Amino acid sequence: MITGIPQSTGFKWAYKAYVTLFFIYLALPLATVCVFAFNDSVFPSLPWEGFTWAWFFGNDAPYIGVFHERPILRSIVTSGIVAFWVSLLAVFVGTCNAFLFVRHEFRGKGFLYILMLLPLIIPGIILGISILVFSSSAANFLEDATGLWFDGLRPGLILVVLGQFSFITTFATLVISARLQKFDPSLEEAALNLGATHWGAVRAVTLPFLFPAMAAAGVVAVLMSFENFNTTLMLVGSDAPLTITMFDRLKLGSTPVLNAVSLLLIVVSALLGLASLLLQKRED
Amino acid sequence: MSDIPDLECRSISKSFDTFKAVRDVSFSVPQGTFFSILGPSGCGKTTLLRMIAGFQKPSGGDLLIKGKSVLDVPPNKRPVSMVFQHLALFPMMNIGANVGFGLRQRGVNKTDVTKQVERVLERVGLGGVADRPVSSLSGGQKQRVAIARCMVLEPDVLLLDEPLGALDLKLREHMKVELKQLQSEFNTTFVYITHDQSEALVMSDQIAVMNHGVFEQVGTAKELYYEPNTAFVAGFVGEANRFGATVDGKTGDAVHMVTSYGQTLLGLNAGHGLSKGDKIDVFVRPEAVRLSRKSSDVAGMENSGQGLVENVLFNGANSQLILRDQMTGAEMNVALPQTGEFRDLKRGDVISFGWASQQTRCYRAGIEK
Amino acid sequence: MSSDRSKLAFWLLMAPLLIWLVTLIILPHVGMFLVSLREKVGVREYETSFANYAVFFNEPLYWNTFARTAYMSIASTVLTLLIGFPIAYYIAKLTRGRTKTTLFLMCLIPFWVSELVRTFGWMILLRETGVISNVLQYLGLIGGPVEMLYNDAAIMTGLVYTSMLFMVVPLITTLDSLDDSLIEAGYDLGASGFSILREIVIPHAMPGIVSGCIVVFMLSLGNYLTPILLGGKDSLWFTGLIYSQFITRFNWELGSAFGFLLLGLSSLIVFVGLKLSRQSLGKTMAQ
Ligand SMILES: Nc1ncnc2c1ncn2[C@@H]1O[C@H](COP(=O)(O)OP(=O)(O)OP(=O)(O)O)[C@@H](O)[C@H]1O
Ligand SMILES: [Mg+2]
Repeated sequence: MITGIPQSTGFKWAYKAYVTLFFIYLALPLATVCVFAFNDSVFPSLPWEGFTWAWFFGNDAPYIGVFHERPILRSIVTSGIVAFWVSLLAVFVGTCNAFLFVRHEFRGKGFLYILMLLPLIIPGIILGISILVFSSSAANFLEDATGLWFDGLRPGLILVVLGQFSFITTFATLVISARLQKFDPSLEEAALNLGATHWGAVRAVTLPFLFPAMAAAGVVAVLMSFENFNTTLMLVGSDAPLTITMFDRLKLGSTPVLNAVSLLLIVVSALLGLASLLLQKRED
Repeated sequence: MSDIPDLECRSISKSFDTFKAVRDVSFSVPQGTFFSILGPSGCGKTTLLRMIAGFQKPSGGDLLIKGKSVLDVPPNKRPVSMVFQHLALFPMMNIGANVGFGLRQRGVNKTDVTKQVERVLERVGLGGVADRPVSSLSGGQKQRVAIARCMVLEPDVLLLDEPLGALDLKLREHMKVELKQLQSEFNTTFVYITHDQSEALVMSDQIAVMNHGVFEQVGTAKELYYEPNTAFVAGFVGEANRFGATVDGKTGDAVHMVTSYGQTLLGLNAGHGLSKGDKIDVFVRPEAVRLSRKSSDVAGMENSGQGLVENVLFNGANSQLILRDQMTGAEMNVALPQTGEFRDLKRGDVISFGWASQQTRCYRAGIEK
Repeated sequence: MSSDRSKLAFWLLMAPLLIWLVTLIILPHVGMFLVSLREKVGVREYETSFANYAVFFNEPLYWNTFARTAYMSIASTVLTLLIGFPIAYYIAKLTRGRTKTTLFLMCLIPFWVSELVRTFGWMILLRETGVISNVLQYLGLIGGPVEMLYNDAAIMTGLVYTSMLFMVVPLITTLDSLDDSLIEAGYDLGASGFSILREIVIPHAMPGIVSGCIVVFMLSLGNYLTPILLGGKDSLWFTGLIYSQFITRFNWELGSAFGFLLLGLSSLIVFVGLKLSRQSLGKTMAQ
């Protein structure tokens, strides 16, 4: 922090005001969404008609709350299932990648590393369509060749999981590698020296050390999976995850039930985000 | 020329919340002086310097440069320049641009900037490097660039905050001499901060010893060494053996005392107003003690004894003996002269030692924390 | 034996990486490129040609949309930088300790929330019956309801909002690493606040500026939700064209060609950005 630079009080105040305005700008949309989840009106807009919990717990039309809205509940479950698989796969592959890139020297390592980073700079929608095109051609080819059905390669949850996994793995790899780099290999050597097998040493010493990073990567993966829209949009079949369902609703015209869902999402994301930060902080 | 000092501080203080980092410090630095502020870590040196540079506002007191108060002058308008602890050379500019930075801010035209930069770089012995990046310089050269960057602006006072702290020992020894030379060449007033007493002793015309936010003593290197005013200065400047003792009697400035080991010594009242029964701290420099194999050589000295050699710490010119007084068991460090006379001295030998009462400085105990 | 073992371990680690990259990244993109080169000449009959790309260049609507997407993205990048820089400087250099952590977290939290929710928030604020219109009417500043949705300004607001984090975080990181004494040295040598900013702060923050700009540009270019929801049906965003070729028109050949053009533009920008700033992809993305 710089203390010694004298500035005119006018400037200081203007600067402070600007920063305050900025944070209002950041908070405004989210705050608005949250506030209107409690408005006793069928539109999420002014005027304020009074406070109600109906958009969460209501069960009489038109006041059907989140917890009684079948399609929304179903899509939350769908999102949960997708997020579970994505985070499981991403953490697994991310951990393998971390060991590969941190522990091994091999030809073409730099090239593979760049390739590994590529999903970060490919727009999500293009990731989606490329997987869509490829899997459909593969399905066509296989069906022509074998006469069987390959529904897993048609738009649907499997493709959604694969599509999200394809770029979330990069984040998982980065988070876990960062942690593995800080690992002192002599600890593993000590375990070997004390008679552990190679895999035994990794399991007893290295993996526990990596665990906070793996957990953080898992949480980040769940977060990113839950909120992903672009890639999912291109790959979704009949079972839509939450963001897609909400998007369809939004196009038709919104009711405060969307605000209620959003409020839940905001709370859960903030908690998950803080959890991932705490996990990563505990590392040091 | 004139009697107006380049820099004058009048009971300047600085508090951070309730903590007083600098308390009522007053001093003045005449033109062309190399003035050092010496003190242990955390005593407020940097705070004092940053107030002079303008990066911190004093909580009280006044600050004058060439006789004019500069309290209301922002740091970018003050006629002082600062060499930062880690030099703060701009890595995004080459050497020439670094040195010319201040001139450009003053709106000096391009060709003049180039000319002046080259001239000042030559004066610090670095002609022709203006186009090179800062990172291509060695530690000592960076130091000189940092000084050139300030000197090109011809400041009234140059402030230096432990600029040698980051250098290795060898280079530090070399730069001490060089800094002093640069200072006399530019004939600019330097205010130099350090916690390393040898830097301060070697380079300075005047040294202020600082502790807990106050100046304990201001004087030349010799004054501080031979006539420290306070126990802190006696302990901080140079080496010293330190005893606890009780006053037994006084004749003028001479103090009779009994140390905690039961040794009776004759010393000099260097503090103020001691009387019988007072607890005092006594300082004797290792190099003030005379050694001899014959007890008759030291018999004439006011304080003397026979010591058992506990250890010989050989370190070339800085070799030391650890002696234990045979009568009382008190331990004492004594400088071991490398004249060859004591070359075969070893552990377990017995030797006579003695020192003058003038070299035995007594201060009231417990004033210093 | 041990070398056989470690070889096995190596290939076991390599397998997931290769399967992932080959089946989900490389083959799909190669496949998409091949599809973009197919020209439909009859039912289930195709020829290899650049016809789909020719369609793009011959149809003004398409390349106008492409150009518009590009310059709107550039504009949103510049705006994000201008708005975000003072904030990053404030957090990195003018606060410390708990305040700093809190402000930093306050910057992060909105971005953990789904983009859909954020955009929904802006819709509630900006539309004709929305909060801002109502508040302005209440204050008597406007006579009747005003539609603030479905125009370029709304798209811009949404894009800047959505990208802010990716600008502010790398900026804070680089500004944090700027030694305060450099700024003080600048003042000490007589510089004004403006010349310090120009000669010391901005050159130092350049890596952060570049990586922030690259990421924000890419995100804006590939954004679909914000332009569709805030800009309406006629928002003319290139991702919208891709979507309609794929899902509504079922013309995958043309859609793939569009996809490739977008990918080309975004890679080009990343490449140029990295070259200009002499940085590596790895370092930039790690932020
Ligand atoms: N901005 C500040 N806020 C609170 N306390 C401070 C501040 N700056 C300095 N201090 C305190 O003031 C005291 C003096 O600090 P200063 O930096 O002047 O010491 P110093 O003599 O330069 O020490 P060193 O030799 O370690 O550099 C220290 O105890 C420090 O903790
Ligand atoms: Mg200091």
